[in-house]
Amino acid sequence: MDMSSLMQQFVQQMINGISLGSIYALIALGYTMIYGIIKLINFAHGDIYMLGAYIGFLATTYLHVGFLPAIIIAMLGAGLAGIVIERVAYRPMRNAPRIAILITAIGVSFFLEYTTMLVASPQPRTFPAIFAATIYHLGPIVVNSQQILILVSALVLMVALTYIVNKTKAGKAMRAVSFDADAAKLMGINVDKIISLTFALGSALAAAGGVLVGIYYNSIDPLMGMMPGMKAFIAAVLGGIGIIPGAMAGGLILGVVEALVSGFISSTFRDAAAYAILIVILLYKPAGLMGKNIREKV
Amino acid sequence: MNSLRKQDLKALGACVVLYAVFQGLMEAEIIDPFWELNIVLICINIILSTSLNMINGYTGQFSIGHAGFLAVGAYVGAIMTVKLDLGFVVALIAGTIAAGFLGFLIGLPTLRLNGDYLAIATLGLGEIIRICILNIDYVGGASGLMGIPRLTTFTIAFWIMVAILFFIKNFKNSAPGRACLAIRENEIAADTMGIDTTKYKVMAFTIGAAFAGTAGVLFSHYFFIAHPASFTFMRSFDILTMVVLGGLGSMTGAVTGAVLLTFISAYLAEFPEWRMIIYSLTMIILMLRRPQGLFGSQELSAKMFHFARLGGKTNE
Repeated sequence: MDMSSLMQQFVQQMINGISLGSIYALIALGYTMIYGIIKLINFAHGDIYMLGAYIGFLATTYLHVGFLPAIIIAMLGAGLAGIVIERVAYRPMRNAPRIAILITAIGVSFFLEYTTMLVASPQPRTFPAIFAATIYHLGPIVVNSQQILILVSALVLMVALTYIVNKTKAGKAMRAVSFDADAAKLMGINVDKIISLTFALGSALAAAGGVLVGIYYNSIDPLMGMMPGMKAFIAAVLGGIGIIPGAMAGGLILGVVEALVSGFISSTFRDAAAYAILIVILLYKPAGLMGKNIREKV
Repeated sequence: MNSLRKQDLKALGACVVLYAVFQGLMEAEIIDPFWELNIVLICINIILSTSLNMINGYTGQFSIGHAGFLAVGAYVGAIMTVKLDLGFVVALIAGTIAAGFLGFLIGLPTLRLNGDYLAIATLGLGEIIRICILNIDYVGGASGLMGIPRLTTFTIAFWIMVAILFFIKNFKNSAPGRACLAIRENEIAADTMGIDTTKYKVMAFTIGAAFAGTAGVLFSHYFFIAHPASFTFMRSFDILTMVVLGGLGSMTGAVTGAVLLTFISAYLAEFPEWRMIIYSLTMIILMLRRPQGLFGSQELSAKMFHFARLGGKTNE
């Protein structure tokens, strides 16, 4: 391969990587927000993403709605599911040992996967083509309109989230609870309500990711959340868990690295690359790219 | 002979009786092959859960990559018997040592991390091991290593399990075991008391990984095949669930968790579509009701029954 075609392939893989990475970033945001606020690795988050894709599938197949209503219905539905899960499975365990809550989260994850399997059958479903793919040729580089859609939707949602977290009263309360829940409670913040809100926001973002993936790959199945859930978690750790811009950056970096590895080395090593990044980050900068090291005090 | 040794003898006697009963029932074909398979699986799962309990329960280091070590044991053992035509004993030893050595290599750098970060790192390493195996053609790649002779019998699995249980029980009461418990209770305090925390953490991790390797050899030589899909992070979660359900830090708890979950899972095999739903609900409800696990960090013992009979009054 000569230099120019190598360069072409590099740019092409970058484009693929950025669209994949925006999906990871959307899921990673929920992970990071939930971890930031209740210090729980919510293993069920990848399944909320799957649930979002299924709600989007139902809305487009049976209600015949377009892209925008479908994604909004999916976000509302998944947000509600997030609130219910937190209320039923996590809230009673607020003071339980951390590992017990983690096991509950794994249980919730299995429950969502296999209930969906029972209700919607284990076979993959074809996602309706609600957003036709137009292919643009920019010289030798191929860009798909769906990739642009993913990037634009992800950016809009991220800007909206940043606005909510940084500029609104609820966002201020979220930041306060994640900084120190007890102090926030003393200041009159309803901690339970804020945690519910965090779950709703995080789940809604994951659902948006699910619908976008449904449109992009045309296919959804009940176990589709397992791998992206894991990857998004890696992205959250990569950027510094609990830090919102970190999750965005982490998602994009992970997506690009994966695309480059599968483009230039071998697609079978794609997942290994993600885990390798994780290990390296954990060993050299456990607080993540954007995190600050906090010394442990006795 | 002190009372501790007497207790050991009693426990050993109980094991002989238990073994005789099960072996007798299998010989008489009262236990059908399906349950026989599950009983061997229970023995293997007990080895896995008690060895993970050494790391998570005694030393307090949150590891969820146990399936990786299981895989290493399964594959190294199978290479010994299938590719190199060596005996089962060599396979068992090689699988154990290989997994233990890998545990040592992985433990040394990662055990600097703590809490959730260690959990994620071990999870990632477990997956990396699996993906590497998936890409080695020598061991069959994605289709798995087939044609492994069935050399594991109930007798072998049972007595290896008993030996490992005795080892772990004695480890807990030994000086290194107490150092591990001290690390679990408070790492900084243990460090200031002069305990070499890294040494004992790596020690517990290595021994736990080695036993997982033993379980792996037993596993691949019972099911004829070593397949990468049997060693995903879901398998690690399974083992972790057994430990936590039984009670983190309790060996008898880990045993009970392994028996209970393997049994539930085997019993539900008749209802494949409901199996995982009921399994997951059991997990959630048990955790909501008893977040410390069935036994907490207590051991199930004759004393516990004694205590219950006296209505909480003991003269200890």
